Amino acid sequence: MTTLDSSKEIQKNNSEVNETHEDFRIFGLITFLIADGMTFAGFFAAYLTYKAVNPLPDGAIYELELPIPTLNTILLLVSSATFHKAGKALLKDKNSDSQKWLFFTAFLGIIFLICQLFEYFHLPFGLTDNLFASTFYALTGFHGLHVTLGTLMILIIAWQSRTNGGRLTSQNMFPLEAVELYWHFVDGIWVILFIILYLL
Amino acid sequence: MTISIDPQKTNNESLQPKGWLRYFSFSLDHKVIGIQYLVCGFLFYLIGGTLASAIRIELASPMSDFMPRDVYNQVLTLHGTIMIFLWIVPVVNGAFGNYLIPFYVGARDMAFPRLNAVAFWLIPPSGLMLVASYFVEGAAQAGWTAYPPLSITTPQSGQIIWILSVLLLGGSSIFGGINFIATIIKLRRPGLKLMQLPMYCWAMLGTSLLVVLSTPVLAGTLILLSFDIIANTGFFNPVLGGNVVVYQHLFWFYSHPAVYIMVLPAFGLVSEILPVHARKPLFGYTTMVFSIMGIVVLGLVVWAHHMFTSGTPPWMRLFFTIATAFIAVPTGIKFFNWVATLWGGKISINSAILFSCGFIINFVFGGITGVALAQVPFDIHVHDTYFVVAHFHYIVYGGTVFIIFSSIYHWFPKVTGKMLNEKLGILHFIITFIGFNLCFAPQHWLGLNGMPRRVAEYDPQFQFVNQISSLGALLMAISTIPFLINVFLSVRNGKNAGDNPWNALTPEWLTSSPPPVENWEGEAPLVEEPYGYGKEISEQK
Repeated sequence: MTTLDSSKEIQKNNSEVNETHEDFRIFGLITFLIADGMTFAGFFAAYLTYKAVNPLPDGAIYELELPIPTLNTILLLVSSATFHKAGKALLKDKNSDSQKWLFFTAFLGIIFLICQLFEYFHLPFGLTDNLFASTFYALTGFHGLHVTLGTLMILIIAWQSRTNGGRLTSQNMFPLEAVELYWHFVDGIWVILFIILYLL
Repeated sequence: MTISIDPQKTNNESLQPKGWLRYFSFSLDHKVIGIQYLVCGFLFYLIGGTLASAIRIELASPMSDFMPRDVYNQVLTLHGTIMIFLWIVPVVNGAFGNYLIPFYVGARDMAFPRLNAVAFWLIPPSGLMLVASYFVEGAAQAGWTAYPPLSITTPQSGQIIWILSVLLLGGSSIFGGINFIATIIKLRRPGLKLMQLPMYCWAMLGTSLLVVLSTPVLAGTLILLSFDIIANTGFFNPVLGGNVVVYQHLFWFYSHPAVYIMVLPAFGLVSEILPVHARKPLFGYTTMVFSIMGIVVLGLVVWAHHMFTSGTPPWMRLFFTIATAFIAVPTGIKFFNWVATLWGGKISINSAILFSCGFIINFVFGGITGVALAQVPFDIHVHDTYFVVAHFHYIVYGGTVFIIFSSIYHWFPKVTGKMLNEKLGILHFIITFIGFNLCFAPQHWLGLNGMPRRVAEYDPQFQFVNQISSLGALLMAISTIPFLINVFLSVRNGKNAGDNPWNALTPEWLTSSPPPVENWEGEAPLVEEPYGYGKEISEQK
């Protein structure tokens, strides 16, 4: 924990002895994710309000097909599990296993994005067709941006967890923990988004 | 898990520039960043003040003769945006928060020094961008609220630059908020309990919670608005099936809490200043803490009182009227606590306490008109009139800006080691107080008689009262002069202040003035009673 006031001797030799304090970077990240979640909450609130009070014009197309988003939900949930595996492996100092799991997680993320793009290209409506279409693309697009960033970060930490000279080790778990937390957050948002946008 | 901090590494003195140059560097020292916030904010205050003077010159006559109508709209938009996002929010949160919070929690710096520097350095570029947008195709014209469809139909480049700038400033604000929450909750000196913290820490904790919970919603809303402008979507465009009221709800979900983001830190600062100069403990510490947290909770559920004339259904009007009226309770508690702190105290009359007392007077006036505005029948009568302008300025200028000046007089000796000139300070207070009330008190009358806000022209019957108001604005502009002279003279030739000129007990005064880079030589003091004035003071541990 902390040794800020552990003893006067240490204080006197302040410049020679390193002070330590609790690691609160994860705490800061959680605060940030709450803020990020509020952005999504605003979007969801807007979407639900539109659904309740703004009827679409006659002839507006707003059908969504379920197979691809369902596959995407499964992909993201599995990727959360594989990420967890990567963390477990790193904790046991099995860096190469950890790296494999991380690459697999990133691969799942990329498949998710490809499926998302495939869905975009095959939907019968475009961004400006009607209010539903605009909200659909804004919500999924904003989430897709989060997945893209997450995938890039996973690739970076996968590179960092290499056996020779990587900075990600069982002693320095923070990058992995931070990205994992972010990834679980993005998954959670997707589940809410899937329920609100596709199932409701 | 623990992190080791090497003081040599975090604040490497050989790497950081020294002297005045460090204020232009990517410094990680919370004190330097605090001053950067303050000076940068003050420069924007001068720009925003110039724009305000232009508005009052225009309104001295009923016709739009000083500037064209669209320029008037641009000027009022820039004035509002600059004053809120570049002066008040960065200064009461960023400047004083960064300077004081690490002292108050007994730390050597903020929790995330790099994030802190990033948060500051987002501000100057976005501010310059905003000011520069005037020269592109004309700045944004839709007011600081940027209500669609007005913001969609006015010239686009200015509005888009406005959105980008506000997004950057919002990001800066969120980074700052995360930092304050982590610092206050996690970086407290061992042995320091939450209920022993100086009141400003509580105010900043509440403010930061509001920042983290509400600012992202504004960011999301502005992203949707920029889609409407650039990509021709119809989120907020009724022609394309969109809904303008959704924008208003999302916007006010941020912008009502934003009022508390601007005023809660001022509550905290005044609670620091009054006990020192009245030589009495802060009255009702616990009630103060709970009323701050009460304001935070209530502040998140009152936003629709800005929208009583937007076709809001009756049940919603009822709910938001009641919720808003409830906010008067914690605010009233705080008001009485400040008065009780002064009551029977050994008050020394100086610029700091004069500005604080000016704050109390103005703020109670603005608070009363605020409760009045929360009542639907009255609000419908004065909605979008000068009554709202008067109320708002009584809160943010009469309230927060008075406290900013009070805090500058109070903490100037801490930052520079020099005293400000008291005679010039009192002159500054007198001109500001008279000018402010002369400017904004008559606007209540204008609003009640139906003069709409944000319009360059008005009915000639209002001319005389508008001229009184403009005279007040002139006095406010003049009041900046003694202040600037005072600061420049005192920095150069001010009287030496010593370490603790006010004999204050809060932790920032228990080190040398100006403080060393690591805040304390040796261990941070444990201050269990930051307001223990007037009793036998046992030696601080």
